[in-house]
Amino acid sequence: MKKSLLTLLAMAAMSATALAADIKPALVYGTGGKFDKSFNEAAFNGAQKFQQETGIEFRDFEPTGDTQGEQAIRNFASKGYNPVVAVSFAWTSAIEKVAAEFPDTKFVLVDSVVEKPNVRSVVYAEHEGSYLVGVLAGMASKTGKVGFIGGMDIPLIRKFECGYEQGARAANPKIEVFQNMTGTTGAAWNDPVRGGELTKNQIDQGADVIYAAAGATGLGVLQTAADNGKLSIGVDSNQNHLHPGSVLTSMVKRVDLAVYNAFSDAKNDKFTSGLQSLGVKDDGVAWAFDDNNKALITPEMQAAVDKAKADIISGAVKVHDYMSDNSCPK
Amino acid sequence: MDSIDILISILGSTIRLSIPLIFTALAGLFSERSGIFDIGLEGKMLAAAFASACIAYLTNNAWAGLGAGILISVALSLVHGFASITNRGNQIVSGVAINFIVAGLTIVLGQAWFGQGGRTPQLMAAGRFGEIKFPYAEELRGSGYLGKFYADVISGHNILTYLAFAAVPISWWILYRTRFGLRLRAVGENPGAVDTAGISVTWLRYRAVICAGILCGFSGTYLAIAQSAAFIKDMSAGKGYIALAALIFAKWKPVPVMFACLLFGFLDAFANFMQGKQVPGIGEVPVQIFQALPYILTCILLAGFIGVAHPPKAGGVPYTKER
Repeated sequence: MKKSLLTLLAMAAMSATALAADIKPALVYGTGGKFDKSFNEAAFNGAQKFQQETGIEFRDFEPTGDTQGEQAIRNFASKGYNPVVAVSFAWTSAIEKVAAEFPDTKFVLVDSVVEKPNVRSVVYAEHEGSYLVGVLAGMASKTGKVGFIGGMDIPLIRKFECGYEQGARAANPKIEVFQNMTGTTGAAWNDPVRGGELTKNQIDQGADVIYAAAGATGLGVLQTAADNGKLSIGVDSNQNHLHPGSVLTSMVKRVDLAVYNAFSDAKNDKFTSGLQSLGVKDDGVAWAFDDNNKALITPEMQAAVDKAKADIISGAVKVHDYMSDNSCPK
Repeated sequence: MDSIDILISILGSTIRLSIPLIFTALAGLFSERSGIFDIGLEGKMLAAAFASACIAYLTNNAWAGLGAGILISVALSLVHGFASITNRGNQIVSGVAINFIVAGLTIVLGQAWFGQGGRTPQLMAAGRFGEIKFPYAEELRGSGYLGKFYADVISGHNILTYLAFAAVPISWWILYRTRFGLRLRAVGENPGAVDTAGISVTWLRYRAVICAGILCGFSGTYLAIAQSAAFIKDMSAGKGYIALAALIFAKWKPVPVMFACLLFGFLDAFANFMQGKQVPGIGEVPVQIFQALPYILTCILLAGFIGVAHPPKAGGVPYTKER
């Protein structure tokens, strides 16, 4: 009896120190690799910012295959990491399982939804951001043809495409939109050669602005567009600097914000579970404008995209979400 | 855009996608014709891609990159030779080992040196093999289909593309018209006879794997600094194995090897193009069907039309001098 009391006391003391100590955040990337200059890198930047501001170290893991995500998430949770942030829709079922096994750990899932009391799901209104860059593409295109190159063929990427198409059509009702998906497996996020080949294909068909929503595959898209003197649109991170003068703009998705907020909310004990949806009005998605693409954006284009943004926020323009009914209005 | 324009665009794409296959399959041709199975083509290509991207980035010179790619690929060939010729080890095991080592090592070294997740930094124009425009290509583009064919299919590729097509007749000439080629083919069929004639089997086979190394160096370099502008992890993506399939497909002969590689390249290009297109009478065909098409066609062609492919008789068997 005495002994168990002692143990209890010791445990209480330990948990007290655990409370007083800093949090142990962990981050699991998607399969495109940490430095894809796009989606995963945005997540890394958010975590990095948190580390610089607070001095709290984080651990991260780059799964190289679809089966490694669950292992990594469980591994972090079982070693006491909290919160555990997983970026990528690919870890949906993994979070669902692991969150049930570790009810005291806080999980954050980006790009997909899991309804559990200890899970925060962060999703973005990519269709709204894609609409904005679609407006720019429609105005910048001289041939009246624009292209879209997606990574893996999943509803989420179709959502990008659908928003883009609607935006381009709003700017130019007669516009023709080509679309290609790189593949149907996780490897499609990391295949710049195929991305470049698909781009060349669309250029041959007359496209002169090409939007890549394909992780590291997009690097090949932007490169090929630059090599052929065409315009491209980056995704997730601000990719304008990769080929200044050729990247028209980037559809910035603030994955960094989701990671940063998750870490700092956990630190300040303000963590909430449930669904967070970030759209144009929360600046969760936006179009990138900086010195690298200043020369490409005319005042008329800027006015049009600002108007589109205001219209989306006010509700005057409603961008159709592909994932709501798995179809895109033509 | 009418159908001939489309065809020209697909043919241009076919050539770009076939080049690494042609170099690699020719590499396999030299090695296997001498009796050394080379499943490590994939690894050598990947290593060459990595080395060429690193050196081209550091020196900002595409030719230095090519040199580095060839050097590392030949070095790996010699490792394969040392294991399977000198020490008479299992050729498949040695080749697979090379593939594994390279797949891991390129990522680790890339991460340690450049810190970009196994990727090398993007290259500037001088570090890459740029497009070569043939004379009058732009002027002729507007003048009918022949002009467009000239501008988009014949002209406008990089130097390595033309080297690949030159490598096919050169390989044929070496294998069928030189003394070295005759002996190389003989050593793959009957090394005992070659040995009896007083020619060193070991040295012949070493020379064959060195030839394979040089050609793999070209294919890796093409991937990293001609087709792309950086090394990306696993960028060979199974092309070494597809090249092996093309080699079997072509029954270990240089000119058929080129056509087999062009066929694979064409199917790939066709699949890229047909995504999301309407097919008359059917409507939009799911992307997956076109992505599977090259594999399905390969199966059909291999099973139904090519017939029996006989590998070199002494392939895979280490040569032991009689005691």
